[in-house]
Amino acid sequence: MSKSISRITRRRFVAGAGALGLGAAGALGAPRILRAQGGKITVLNWQGYGTDEAWALEAFNKATGIEVVHDYFNSEPEMITKLRTNPGAYDVVLTNSAWNGVASAEGLIQPVDTAQISHFNDLNPSLRDSALLAKDGKVYGLSWVWGMTAIAYNTEKVSPAPVSVEVLWDPKLAKRISLRDDAIEAVSYGAIATGQDMNHPADLAKVKERLLALKPQIATLWSSEDEWNKLFQSGTFDVAVYWSGSAARSKTNFKLPVGYFVPNEGGIGWFDGLAVAANAPNSDGAHRFIDYMVDPTFYVEWATKVGAPASANTKANEQLPAEDVGRQIHADQAAIERLQFMAPLSDEERQAFSDLWTEVKAEFAK
Amino acid sequence: MTVADRRNRGTILALTGPAYLWLTATIFLPLSAMLYCSFLDKSPLVPQPASLTLRHYAAFIEKPVYQQLMLWSLELGAIVTICCLLIGYPAALALAKVIKGRWREAMFLMVVLPFWSNALVRTFSWTMVLRPGGLADQAIHVVAPGAPALNLLYSYPAVVIGLVHSYLPYMILTCYISLQAIDDSVIEAARSLGARSWALFRRVVFPMSLPGVLAGSALIFVPAVGSFMEPRILGGTKGATLGMAVEEQFTVTANWPFGAALSFLMLGAVLLICLVLYPPARKRMEGL
Repeated sequence: MSKSISRITRRRFVAGAGALGLGAAGALGAPRILRAQGGKITVLNWQGYGTDEAWALEAFNKATGIEVVHDYFNSEPEMITKLRTNPGAYDVVLTNSAWNGVASAEGLIQPVDTAQISHFNDLNPSLRDSALLAKDGKVYGLSWVWGMTAIAYNTEKVSPAPVSVEVLWDPKLAKRISLRDDAIEAVSYGAIATGQDMNHPADLAKVKERLLALKPQIATLWSSEDEWNKLFQSGTFDVAVYWSGSAARSKTNFKLPVGYFVPNEGGIGWFDGLAVAANAPNSDGAHRFIDYMVDPTFYVEWATKVGAPASANTKANEQLPAEDVGRQIHADQAAIERLQFMAPLSDEERQAFSDLWTEVKAEFAK
Repeated sequence: MTVADRRNRGTILALTGPAYLWLTATIFLPLSAMLYCSFLDKSPLVPQPASLTLRHYAAFIEKPVYQQLMLWSLELGAIVTICCLLIGYPAALALAKVIKGRWREAMFLMVVLPFWSNALVRTFSWTMVLRPGGLADQAIHVVAPGAPALNLLYSYPAVVIGLVHSYLPYMILTCYISLQAIDDSVIEAARSLGARSWALFRRVVFPMSLPGVLAGSALIFVPAVGSFMEPRILGGTKGATLGMAVEEQFTVTANWPFGAALSFLMLGAVLLICLVLYPPARKRMEGL
């Protein structure tokens, strides 16, 4: 990236961030002055995942008079369960590329009225128009953020910089590797390493064999971002599968020597959509909130203040400062093309992956 | 039936009624719902109607990994219970028969202290103690510099240490109550009849405290068998239990019926063990 572009970007960013109070109000309020003001919406999301940032809710409330309350889930099946058991309780719900189809097939979410989304045309078309967030040609989840689940490594201990997924099986890194304790991620990487379709690997026996070969490599398994940072900092592992947005946070906020790459063989890509729940009590408010969530003003502040995955709004990403770690991680076009995106799995596939991972872990424990 | 009897019955009903009602509402109902769930061919709440099946119980037999995990869980429960007994019983004995007055209160405070902290916090604090170069290593190096690092974290012993720490108070408290109820004059009588310390313990004190030992063991064995948080955090890849597999069915695969079936198989195994062990223990107590 040339210096002049980066300077412009930075200036635009400063202007954007500085004008948040009034600017956000203007951006949100002006085009829809005729709409009803106030009310309440309920958002169902992971805790601490963007939608519940206090400063953002304040700005949104200032602009629209809408009060935002949250409910959280700890796993996607829980999200589906909450939608099933509490119809009419939620307005906005986070659904990712693997679960949006499940929710729309069951009639738990309704189509997003894209005419109400002022930033619709700025969204990356390959995410915005993805079949994974649509049903019958209608958008059921407005693409919000995307990210990668690729490989992070300790730049002070691992050199040269790894480029292949084979680093996980490198005998020199015995007891220095970590994976997330997650059946789908583990099977996906087993499939990538054996050159198979990550979502529907044809030869699960091969995947299992590769994962079993990790036994001498694994230091421990991790389960949360916080745990990952602690383990990395205490030197428990040097190379681990990790989420791209989290890698950016570890580097920016915690100053950890984290390097990040998408293996030559491929990596896991995912994207999250914001959906409107079926029977949403305030569907109008839900649309306005979703529109605010893809607004560059919100995104830039979220990404720079807290750390975020990449926005689906291309204009929002462009407004990040050039030295922003997240921006650098998410801007490598060649790496993005190597990603396979997470698709819905059938119950049988999910069970087969889970059984396989349980068997592998039992072997690890021996 | 006399009037006094009838009044007694009313009192008993009034005293135990709320507890039984509470137990029915909070334990029996959800458990029966889960038992029913374990026979369904799809998760409850899925819009399609479910039908009954034995598939999930068959899956346990067909997939040896789940049997293996059950065996490991039972083994872990047994090890934790025995460790608690070996550490807790002497402590209870000291509290009941040796330490008196204010010291006893202070000791009790230390026994129940772990209960005052959140289980997750407690477990994570063990990771700081056990990790290489952690507090345990530092303490050892003060006494014996140059001693090799313990490297206990992410090992089976770490899981046992964490679980024993969590459940030890149950053993100490139940044993203490039994031991404290033993009249000192019984001990004096035994002594006056010529019993030496070991015989006194083996033939008088221990048998009389058996109810406490059994209650403590049951209170510890059952949750230790079902543990999944401590094995994951302290055991790393070395902690594998059926409890973790059950959790997976609820949070990852959304296969509630299979998770429920695994839980009830575990419950069945635990009940079976209690059924086998209880009669001889009862005989022992009746023989007193």
